[in-house]
Amino acid sequence: MTMSNHSQPSSLTDLFVSFTVLSLQGFGGVLAVAQHELVERKHWMTNEEFVEEWAVAQIMPGPNIVNLALMLGGRYFGFPGAMAALAGMLAIPLIIVLLLTAVYGQYSSHPAVIGALRGMGAVAAGLIIASGLKLSGSLKSSPLGIPLCIILGGISFVAVALLHWPLVFVLLGLGSLACIQAYRKLKR
Amino acid sequence: MLVLFFSDWLSLFTHFLLLSLLAVGGAVTTAPEMHRYLVDQQHWLSDAQFSSSIAIAQAAPGPNILFVAVLGWNIGINAGGIAAALLGVLITMTGLLLPSTILSYLAAGWGHKNRDLRAVRAFKQGMGPIVISLLCATGWILASAHNDPARDWPLWLLTAFTAVIIWKTRIHVLWVLAAGAVLGCFGVV
Repeated sequence: MTMSNHSQPSSLTDLFVSFTVLSLQGFGGVLAVAQHELVERKHWMTNEEFVEEWAVAQIMPGPNIVNLALMLGGRYFGFPGAMAALAGMLAIPLIIVLLLTAVYGQYSSHPAVIGALRGMGAVAAGLIIASGLKLSGSLKSSPLGIPLCIILGGISFVAVALLHWPLVFVLLGLGSLACIQAYRKLKR
Repeated sequence: MLVLFFSDWLSLFTHFLLLSLLAVGGAVTTAPEMHRYLVDQQHWLSDAQFSSSIAIAQAAPGPNILFVAVLGWNIGINAGGIAAALLGVLITMTGLLLPSTILSYLAAGWGHKNRDLRAVRAFKQGMGPIVISLLCATGWILASAHNDPARDWPLWLLTAFTAVIIWKTRIHVLWVLAAGAVLGCFGVV
């Protein structure tokens, strides 16, 4: 996988600002926005690459989206890049969330505030589903083949969404089966 | 008022260092364990403070991991004020991020250097269908937190509508979020 044919961040400042902008749009989670910004707006990566990087970010411990920022920043500018992306992702939103915490008590029982949060929560859920649907297009080139992708995806959805199995079982259990199969297919 | 000694801050820090390594699949997967430790075992936070910390972080922009900062903040407030609160933020955030950050950074660097290895390619491409389906599952779980069909069907409709419109059009996410806030504000959903 090469990234040479894409746009890329021009400097550490660009990384910091880009990740700050990205993070500040992420109400109810940053992932949906990350796909939109990094793939569709900035063209720093394709959907296929996003899925590959996301697989690594997800399997490593720690917050996935923070891992993704680290990996991308590190890719372009080494350790300083990783720190710039991480700081962009966290610094300003951290200040905002602490300010909100300080005033939360006064508004937490206001019906309009509760309602707005309910509405935004429902939208946030839809945003995450939409990024899953968008990224599913990248599976067309999967070495696993489309039928097996559908089966694996279906089983993990049922296990996590409906049966509430711990994520780590699905990632490690079903994930290793999928990786072994991909390994066999890639030989040819 | 809560009194926290150096040893308490230290055990908070080491506990979060450990949780960092257990947080495979996202920091939010460790929230139940944080609740057990902070609320049930140490009594550093009330149940209501714990829930509202998560709610605030969900409502604010930025990664959901910031709920950890709010937990640290609230522990510090309970223990005496703004200075302690800032110390709490520093301790919980550093604790939760340090091990996973080092590990992920090293692993990603190794993976990128060896990206042409068959095993690395097999891992990245094999996990594809699973991580994509987990996104849909996360959205599903968030939506089904509202589980009274008679009352909550407009919310579900909003979730489904959002999923389709963001998937199929190029509209900016902030417009849809604002629409959700307005609909909620006026009690439509």
